[in-house]
Amino acid sequence: METRTDQRQLRPMHPRLREMLFTAKRFLRNPLSVIGLSLIVIFGVIAILAPVLEPPTNRDPYKIPHNGYRIEPSPPSAAHPLGTTQQQYDMLYGLVWGARSAFKIGVLVVAANLLIGIILGALAGYFGGIVDEVIMRIADIFYAIPFLVMAMALVVAIGRGLKAVIIVLIILEWPSYTRVIRSDILVTRGKDFILAARASGASHLRIIFSHILPNAMYSVLILASLNIGTTILTAAALSFLGLGSETGTADWGQIVSLCRNWIVGTPGNRFAYWYTVFIPGFVISLFVLGWNLLGDAVRDVFDPRMRRR
Amino acid sequence: MSLLSYIIRRLLLMVLVLIGVSLLVFTVMMLLPPGQRVAAYVTNDRVSPAQMDAMIAKYGLNDPAPVQYFRWVRNLLHGEFGYSITASSPVIDGFVRFFPVTLGLVLFSAPLIILVGIFLGTLGAVRKDTPTDHFTRVFAIVGYSLPTFWLGLLLMMIFYGFAGIFPPGTVSNDVRNIIYGEGYHQYTHLLVLDGILNWRWQVVGDALYRMVLPTLNLVVINSALIMRLMRSSMLESLGQDYMMTARAKGADRKTLFRRHARRNAMLPVITVSGLTFAGLMGGMVITETIFDRKGIGWWMAQAALQLDVAAIMFNVLFLGTIYVVINLIVDLIYAYVDPRVRLS
Repeated sequence: METRTDQRQLRPMHPRLREMLFTAKRFLRNPLSVIGLSLIVIFGVIAILAPVLEPPTNRDPYKIPHNGYRIEPSPPSAAHPLGTTQQQYDMLYGLVWGARSAFKIGVLVVAANLLIGIILGALAGYFGGIVDEVIMRIADIFYAIPFLVMAMALVVAIGRGLKAVIIVLIILEWPSYTRVIRSDILVTRGKDFILAARASGASHLRIIFSHILPNAMYSVLILASLNIGTTILTAAALSFLGLGSETGTADWGQIVSLCRNWIVGTPGNRFAYWYTVFIPGFVISLFVLGWNLLGDAVRDVFDPRMRRR
Repeated sequence: MSLLSYIIRRLLLMVLVLIGVSLLVFTVMMLLPPGQRVAAYVTNDRVSPAQMDAMIAKYGLNDPAPVQYFRWVRNLLHGEFGYSITASSPVIDGFVRFFPVTLGLVLFSAPLIILVGIFLGTLGAVRKDTPTDHFTRVFAIVGYSLPTFWLGLLLMMIFYGFAGIFPPGTVSNDVRNIIYGEGYHQYTHLLVLDGILNWRWQVVGDALYRMVLPTLNLVVINSALIMRLMRSSMLESLGQDYMMTARAKGADRKTLFRRHARRNAMLPVITVSGLTFAGLMGGMVITETIFDRKGIGWWMAQAALQLDVAAIMFNVLFLGTIYVVINLIVDLIYAYVDPRVRLS
């Protein structure tokens, strides 16, 4: 232990690297954040290894294979380790490839929103005035309509399907990113080091990108990781309502929607179809829980008020 | 700024936002081709393509967008909302039929959501780092992560499918016969209230019985946000200097927590309670669909599936308006309770 501190004193670490190490240590000390991270890593591995775990039989791997069209779901068996849904879609296959769909939705939506949010938030926060007023009032209008309801209307207008769901979520979520980035920039804008940069003749772009944004990044990252969970929940809800992907697509919300008629079992066995109701929703919950735990942990770690305790 | 000028300013702002909302809804629907938007005027199932074209021309659905927008707003102001296929009636009749079902559930679940959130949040903060605190935090984060539709289906599977209690729907057939039978007056169309006014306890009992699971579903999902905020806000106010002062002056724990800490901690929660409404309405779409309650949320889901343009536009506009008004009321309450808001 002592030798290590000695080394550090001899060759001082780059402050940013030291900060990252400190953050990582704090992060790993919290059991909840470790659970969250592990969940996401497990889902990530499943999504990456999907072609190995469940080799696709159709040309389109996102189409779940099914044996026949019998309506009644079949219980777990050797051929279908997690059973099948209504119309004999293989549950395990759907869930494994559904992990890919989930990551695709989450990452695409959040990445696009980060981009839009950074551009608009920077414009509004840095230049202020009329630009700020216009952008933020438009954001207000988006805030004025309950999220899921607006998403439903937009999906109807654009046309159903997973692609439409992704586009809709991008259209609807940018206001929260823009708000967070804008308010962060407003705080940073007045700081002395920005004035110094301006006095030394740095351009607007340079000030925004190399001085303001790096300082505003943490709160955006927190928002993004908490937001992936909500994004997945909304996408799943839309699919569940029948506005998302087509029947038989490897998409978790869609798989849950197939179980709706099976909540009542047979007279002899009242939980006869529990697997088709329980499993897909449980998987969605774990995925969202993972992102929420991760987001919480990231917030606790980066929050300066909770940091050095 | 005085309270009055604050109210006037907020009212003007609200009108602007509502105009913006109507523009947004209109723009979204203009993405659909005229052939689909004409559905808002078609009142029977069989319409030939030629008749369709005639209707598109008659209602000017190929006109320039601004012309159509002003025509649409004028119609709205005259109370003409078009025809809803899913309600098989004009939109306004559908609204009158579906709204009380939703309102009934909101009146029960919204206060419960807020109370449960405040209670558990306070409990967690007062007993910080005890098992109680851990339990409420886990409850909050799990509630935050569960898909509304899945929790609803699980509740149905366990209570209705397995135990055979709490059936879906708004009322049983017997009670429906009472409601539409002789001597029963539907004063408000709210089942519980009407039941009490008619002195028919069977109606009240059945309506409440069938609201148990939907309410439980909404409370678990929606109280999480308030709970988390209440906990952190309460913790913050427990650490303030005035708490030390109160303790030094010999206040007992009850007074300390209730009068000093909780009152201040409630402030941000008031704001979020308004926001909860949006989540509640989203949850209502799912909850009503699952528990087979024919309210506005159910209607919206059906309308979205069947491209019922008139109903979709009306519902989005209506829910947007309600939300804006609720947020205004919440802000006014806040401004009244906390004068600092008005001054900034």
